[in-house]
Amino acid sequence: MQNSLDPAAPLLEVRGISKSFGAVHALREVDFTLRAGEIHALLGENGAGKSTLIKVVTGVFPRDTGIVRIGGEEIAPRSAKAALAAGIATVYQEVNLLPNLSVAQNLFLDRQPMRFGIVREGEMRRRAKALLADFGLDIDVATPLGNYSVAIQHVTAIARAVDLSARVLILDEPTASLDRHEVEILFRIMRQLAKRGIGIVFVSHFLDQVYEISDRITVLRNGGLVGERETASLPRLELIRMMLGRELAGTTSPRASAGEHQAREVCASFENFGKAGYVAPFNLELRHGEVVGLAGLLGSGRTETARLVFGAERADCGQARVEGAPVRLHSPRDGVRHGFGYCPEERKTEGIVAELSVRENIVLALQAKRGLHRPLSRREQDEIARRYVKMLDIRPADPERPVGLLSGGNQQKVLLARWLATAPRLLVLDEPTRGIDVGAHAEIIRLIRELCDDGLALLVISSELDEIVTYSDRVVVLRDRAHIEELEGEAIDVGSILAAIAADSVAVALEAHT
Amino acid sequence: MTALLPRRGFAQILALIVILAVDRVVSPQFFDLRLQDGRLFGSLIDVLNRGTPVALLSLGMVLVIATRGIDLSVGAVMAICGAIAASLADTHGLPVVLAAALGAGLVCGLWNGFLVAVLGMQPIVATLILMVAGRGIAQLITEGRIVTFSSPDLVWLGNGSVLGLPVPVVIALSMLILTGAVVRGSALGLLIEATGGNARASELAGVGTRAMIIAVYVWCGICAALAGVIAAADIMGADANNAGLWLELDAILAVVIGGTSLFGGRFSLVLAVLGALIIQTMNTGILLSGYPPEFNLLVKAVVVLAVLLLQSPKLSGFAGIATRLKRTKA
Repeated sequence: MQNSLDPAAPLLEVRGISKSFGAVHALREVDFTLRAGEIHALLGENGAGKSTLIKVVTGVFPRDTGIVRIGGEEIAPRSAKAALAAGIATVYQEVNLLPNLSVAQNLFLDRQPMRFGIVREGEMRRRAKALLADFGLDIDVATPLGNYSVAIQHVTAIARAVDLSARVLILDEPTASLDRHEVEILFRIMRQLAKRGIGIVFVSHFLDQVYEISDRITVLRNGGLVGERETASLPRLELIRMMLGRELAGTTSPRASAGEHQAREVCASFENFGKAGYVAPFNLELRHGEVVGLAGLLGSGRTETARLVFGAERADCGQARVEGAPVRLHSPRDGVRHGFGYCPEERKTEGIVAELSVRENIVLALQAKRGLHRPLSRREQDEIARRYVKMLDIRPADPERPVGLLSGGNQQKVLLARWLATAPRLLVLDEPTRGIDVGAHAEIIRLIRELCDDGLALLVISSELDEIVTYSDRVVVLRDRAHIEELEGEAIDVGSILAAIAADSVAVALEAHT
Repeated sequence: MTALLPRRGFAQILALIVILAVDRVVSPQFFDLRLQDGRLFGSLIDVLNRGTPVALLSLGMVLVIATRGIDLSVGAVMAICGAIAASLADTHGLPVVLAAALGAGLVCGLWNGFLVAVLGMQPIVATLILMVAGRGIAQLITEGRIVTFSSPDLVWLGNGSVLGLPVPVVIALSMLILTGAVVRGSALGLLIEATGGNARASELAGVGTRAMIIAVYVWCGICAALAGVIAAADIMGADANNAGLWLELDAILAVVIGGTSLFGGRFSLVLAVLGALIIQTMNTGILLSGYPPEFNLLVKAVVVLAVLLLQSPKLSGFAGIATRLKRTKA
């Protein structure tokens, strides 16, 4: 990174930070150095201490030991506001702005241009427009922020932070809910800011993106510092080893040949199934013991297909059949009754009931299926919970812990357990590995294979094409809310999926993949 | 569950003990009980008896609040059902009177449940409608008068005694046991807590969230009807203007004191009823102390604040850090 400042002088210096919550050491003697003008990836599995480090540096949590210097000057912010005043701004995954206020009001919240005690709306909008133009954004700043995409909300949050003269910008999983094109926009802005001498801390689970954008990488594990490396000289395998502290086991398994598929019995089929304005009518056969992958860009109709198949959304045409017999599929209850299960992408808002225990979350679908009058006794619940906690290696292995306190990967396993407990015939998994750490990632993929070997039919959505290729027997490719191609057996590889997605439309977003 | 109760109810039990002790100080005979004509008398019995309407309301209210709802109409439903009971009391037998009053409560609950679960109205707005309209309906039933009656059956419901205990207390206790048996004996409790904790997730898990919500409002209506009948039986008349007035607020307060969050999810029936008793113990204590009843509201506010602070995880050391961790991780 070339910039006017001395690259050797650190912009943000964190030395020997420790932080405990009760008996838990969340951070132990962690160092972190951010230079001006660099994009520095902060990586680690869930629970490695990334969030805690950020919160300690930005004053959200008080620290136990250690010092934080910015531009050589020691700071001890007591709140995020104080940290901002010192020049450190954080943009979280869930943008912490006010969706009901306009873009301009969000940008100038707490510092609106005033005259005689009255906000000068015109002036504010003009300045907001100019500010966003810097970021290559030309939008109506009078519109409520919530009407815009998450990408634009992120850019707005960044613009606000930078305009508040932040020198250090911490982006916590900024790309988690962005599509490829939006990621490009964000990355362009990040590079632009780095050129201006702003130091950017980039926290992400997407290793592709880390390699694409970052200059250096700091890895944390179990609250301790593993190391700091130049991105360019760090092989991916080595990075994963640093994050995991062990070699990643291979995840490939022999794929059944095309002939074998035909022999399998059809579990559920959908003919001309669709909903106007949601996803175009499609034909889909799901067979026992088979994984069908849904591939496509964000917004291509993957999730929409999954929701129609499960019954979370009601189709307005077509016919669903289960084991050959026509069925009604109007609600999730119908889906559950037919032996379907659905792990949605939005684990927190649509999956777990955070306040309830692991046990209660696991038995929820089974209990709903059995009905009110046939309650599972406490002993049966304990038995079921214990079985799945053991089988899926849910940690901590405490069935009475509120599920909201578990890490993302373990929450995902609880959701899997919820459906497995209902002895389903078909499981629909929407991004089962999104936002969970590398170790749990491999484990979930292994589970998908195992379940399939047990005769379950699986429909799996993933943005990670490598992953889809690894476990799918068939891959349905979607584009613009329609099923465009079905790949089978030997024909499944990343290249052919990309080719199908890119067939005749814009291929801009795909360059990074190939 | 049994292992959890003492810990969960600690703040409430402590509060009740402290208030009882204060009551003992301001009124030395507070704990005196005497048996007269086969019935117990004394301040403690009085607390239980007077606390009955709010305790009954809180039984329904706690379920509604557990689903992340609220029912502002319970006071008005009391007035309606009290009016119905009073107007029928002298011409019909007790079973008919009760069936009519409870049936009306059920219909009121269905109406609220319909607005919330089917039309998707915000509970506070949906039940505000019946809160306002209900008193009008009650006045139409009583034709604007205070309807009195002398049916001994109904009077017994408000003033009689069973095994030395006032009938209202026995009814409230039975309702607590009945509600507990239905809710915890079936899967209803879990499904209500799941619905309140995360309605979307519960629906996707196959829970009939709509049916759950309608059911809790119906139960709330029935509990309110019972409270209304008892209130009418107590004064041997129905006053459409004042029966159950503002009691919805006491019921909500009882639920909150009982530790159930207004954001839904986990609930405790026993602690909600305990909340109602705490409120009544305070009311009675202030009356006995001879202070003007105006102090009642102020003291109530202070005590409620104290109970809520006692429950607050922020005030209890490590638990505070744990919840904060949870919040930031979420």
